Order: sequence, then C-alpha cells, then structure tokens
Amino acid sequence: MSNTTESWGSRVGLILAMAGNAVGLGNFLRFPVQAVQNGGGTFIIPYLVSFLLMGIPLLWVEWAMGRFGGRYGDHSTPFILDNMTKKRFWKYFGVFGIFTNMGVMAYYTYIESWTLTYTLKSLKGDFLGMDLDGLDSFFNNYVDLGSGINFPVWALLAFLITLSINVYILSRGLSAGIEKVAKIAMPLLIGFGAFLAIMSWTTGSTGRCADCSTYIGLNYLWQPDFSTLANPKIWLAAAGQIFFTLSVGMGTIHCYSSYLKQKDDIALNAMSAGWMNGFVEIVLGSAVVIPIAVGYLGLDWVVENAGFMMAFKTMPFLFDQWGSVLSVIAGVAWFGLLFFAGITSSLAMGTPWMGFVQDEFNWSKNKSALILGFAILAMGLPTIFFFEKGVFDEYDYWTGTVSLVIFALAEVILFAWVFGMDKGWKEITDGADMRVPRFYRPIIKYITPLFIGIIFLTSLFKPLNGELSDWSSAFSSWVNGNGWPWANDSIINQVFHINTGVHWVQDGILTNMFYIDMSRFFLLACFFGLVAMVKVASNKRKKTA
Amino acid sequence: MTTSALIMIILTQGTVIAATIYFFRKVLKTPDKSEPDSYSDNDPV
Repeated sequence: MSNTTESWGSRVGLILAMAGNAVGLGNFLRFPVQAVQNGGGTFIIPYLVSFLLMGIPLLWVEWAMGRFGGRYGDHSTPFILDNMTKKRFWKYFGVFGIFTNMGVMAYYTYIESWTLTYTLKSLKGDFLGMDLDGLDSFFNNYVDLGSGINFPVWALLAFLITLSINVYILSRGLSAGIEKVAKIAMPLLIGFGAFLAIMSWTTGSTGRCADCSTYIGLNYLWQPDFSTLANPKIWLAAAGQIFFTLSVGMGTIHCYSSYLKQKDDIALNAMSAGWMNGFVEIVLGSAVVIPIAVGYLGLDWVVENAGFMMAFKTMPFLFDQWGSVLSVIAGVAWFGLLFFAGITSSLAMGTPWMGFVQDEFNWSKNKSALILGFAILAMGLPTIFFFEKGVFDEYDYWTGTVSLVIFALAEVILFAWVFGMDKGWKEITDGADMRVPRFYRPIIKYITPLFIGIIFLTSLFKPLNGELSDWSSAFSSWVNGNGWPWANDSIINQVFHINTGVHWVQDGILTNMFYIDMSRFFLLACFFGLVAMVKVASNKRKKTA
Repeated sequence: MTTSALIMIILTQGTVIAATIYFFRKVLKTPDKSEPDSYSDNDPV
C-alpha cells in the first residue's frame, strides 16, 4: 500500500500510453502472418468476434480491477487481486502480473534493440544495394548465429543501450516518463505506418515476376474463404491473436489503470485504446509486410517464407527497390515504427514491478528502475547467449504465451464469480462516459471465461496438427489404449517432453534440451523469488495493520 | 483484386477506422470531470 504521488498528466496521454502498451511488434509481424495462414480475409471474422466477446470484456475487467486496486493504494496485481477477495491465495496468482512482464521484457528488449540498430543502419544507408543473402548473413553475424553459444558484441551493446533507455524513462515516472514517450511515439508510429501503407497501396505491379504486385499481396490477405469458418483451429488462432495484441493477461493494464480515481471513466478509455490498437493492426499492420513482399518477390516466395524474421531479413531489400532516397526513408520509418511499438510496450512491462516495489518496500523511482534494469539484464542474457539453443523461444512460450492465458482465466473467474458480477458491473460502469451495453454482463460472466477456458484446455491437450479431425482421432486413439498423439507445442508435451524424451547429454555434448530445461528452472526460480517478495510484503502489511 | 477481397477490406477497415475515430473523438469531446480528478495537467496551479 502506498502514498504515491504518481498520476497521469492527461486523459489522451493515458489512452496513448495504453494503446502503446498494446501496439507491439506483433501488430505488424504476427497479425498478417496469422491471417494468411488461417483463411485470409475470413480470419477477420473470428478475429472481430473474439475481440467483441473476449477482448473488450477483458479490457473492461482489467481496467476495472486496476482502478479498484488503486483505491486502496495498490498498483500491481498481487495486492489488487488480494483486495477483491478474502481468500489469501489469490495474491500469489497476482504474481503472474509481475513475472510475465519481466520474462517478456527480458527477450522483448533484445528484439527492440535490433530495431534500434536497424533504424540507425537504415539511416546511414548501410542496407543500400544489399541482396537477400547479404541481409541474411548480416543478421546472422549481428546475433552471432552459427557459433553454438552466441556472443554478439554489437547486439549485446545495443541491448544494454536499449535497456538503459527503458530504465531511464521508467525512473522518470508515469507522466514525465511513460506518458511523454507515448505522446511522441504513438503519433510518429501511426505516421510511419501510414507512409508505408500508402507506398504499399500505390506500388501495384512491379513487373519483377508474373505475380509480383502489391495488389496480389493484399488480395492474398483479404480474399475470404468461408469454408474455413467451420474450422476451430482458425477460431483458436484468432482468439490467440486478440489475446496477444491487446496485452491482456499481463498485469500492465491493471497497473496503468490503478492511478485513476473512482469517478473517472474507464469504459470509454478502454474502448478508445482497444480500437486504436485494432486500427494499427488491421489497417496499417496488414498493409506493409505481406503486400510489399509479394510485390517484389512474388506470392510463392511469401507463402514459403512468411514469418517474423522477414522484418529484418527481407524488408530492407524490398525498400531498396524504391531507390536510394525512398529506401532510407522507408527503412527509418519501418524500423523506427517497430522501435516505437517495442518501447511503448516494454515500458508498460516495467510498470507493474515499479508499482509493486514502490508500494510495498517504499523504494524510490530511481532505485526501483535500476534494480529492474539489473533483473532484466540477468534474465535477458541467457536469451542472448543461448539464442540458438532455443532459450529465446522458451521464454516466449512460457512467459509470452502460457502465463497470459493462465492469468487471464484466473482474473476473469475472480472478477465475475468471486468478486461477483454485481460489484464488478458497478466497477466497470462507475464514472463511464459511454453507455456500457448491458448484454456484456452475461458475456463477462459466462462467455469470456468459457472462451479463455477453451483456449487453455486446447493448448494443454493439443493433439498433433490440431485440426478438428485430429481431435476425434486423438480421442479414438486414447480410448483404444494407444495413447494421446501430443502436438509438440501442447503444454503437457512441453512440460514432460513426451514426444522426445529427456536427453540432456548426447555423445558427451549438452543438448538443446539441457539449455531449455535450465532456462525453465531459472524462470521458475524468478517466479518463486517474486512469490517470496509478495509473502514478505504481505507479512509487513500484517505487522503494520 | 477480386471483388470479394475488395468488399472484405473496405468493410473491415471502414468499420475499424470509424470505430477508432468515433471513440477517440468522444474522449476528446467529453468535458473533464470536476477536480480532484486523475489527471495532473488540468490541476489548478
């Protein structure tokens, strides 16, 4: 519990910071790839349905929980959750709202540092005339791929600089730090994105191959295939995208909202920030990577290579086709927007820790930010040194995927069923500057938990390939005593290594599995370290009560 | 582009742009709450 003097400077600043929290690299890199892999234009239907039935309810729930906690002087999820119920164990669920952010921030800041380096390199014109192979080897050298244990000197330096920028801004506080950055970064990000989108929409056919046209790329993204609507895999992919794009289930929204007073609106703020994120994702995010890549490399190349790494290994080559001046401008715009999208999100990830230690241990802003910086450095270094061993992906899987779903499921059950919908609805509608549709009450109580529960259970037991037919054949296999055919990325297979068995050493050499398991133990240790801090804080509270 | 893709893009992007502008405009148009509110920029000096 704190007597913090922190506050937001303005309502627009809060909304931009909240939108900046949600807008991340995934808006430009994950969304278009998900769309082309899941029915093209049809993907948008389950995407929007998921937004309405899961995204908006979760936004309102998290904003309401945050403002409710703020009333008691709490600005991080352990004690925000604790205030909502008499059951003391809920505060330990709240640890996810700090742990997830720190885990994601550890590897996210590393990617953010790539975008900073690439922005400066683009500005210097270093990518001019470089072909795809050149870009590929530049990236591989930059992160020191191919050497087993990676020691990328320049990437490490860029990571330290990026982390220091984050620490400095966080140490400045909410209105003088985070809000100020959001007010500059968000308009620039939208401006850069709009420039690239206009370039994409106006390029059309380039004549480099028979199907080299940005319109064919746009068509590929938006051509509906309504037969795919019956496939649950598409719905799960869309629901998953909504989850990640809105940054729900992380604890950042609670933290930002906890600095609001009870009489101030949260319903309209949440809608404004949520739709702003949707605008960046659907309008700008869909217009850049895929269409421009199809425009210069053709549809077949994109179908084969579409993925996250296109941002670094492909885009500078595509911009180069526009001539040297436009290439530099587009490179700076592209990597600049990714950097802004990254930093507004990583700053948000730092705030739950800042709120927690300032509330519970009365640390100053500088001390809180500095210790966070060292913690993120310690957590981030394994993802850099053991990048090739799969540690980076392991962090992403557990902190950036599984933890979000677990925490969101827990919080919506707590809000709707333990705290109760009567009190919950009052929290959402108090001070609202818009009429909150009443049908959202049963949606929050029944549909949203069901939606997230299905996502969690299907992730837990996902069978090989995950198609509807695979579920029925998996059940038959299980009933007939032949075991469950686990998908490699199902949570249970990930935990127990069922498909591969546990092999830490092979031919006298440590395997990737050894590094992966060690990183899991490390993450678990971090989680329980935070649990211990919450326990100490709780004991302190009891003594002062 | 095919007609169906064009309809999809216009309908979806039109809806998203309209909703974004509508809600953000509503935020800008809504008068501030009486002090003390949550925002420090409009505090009396």
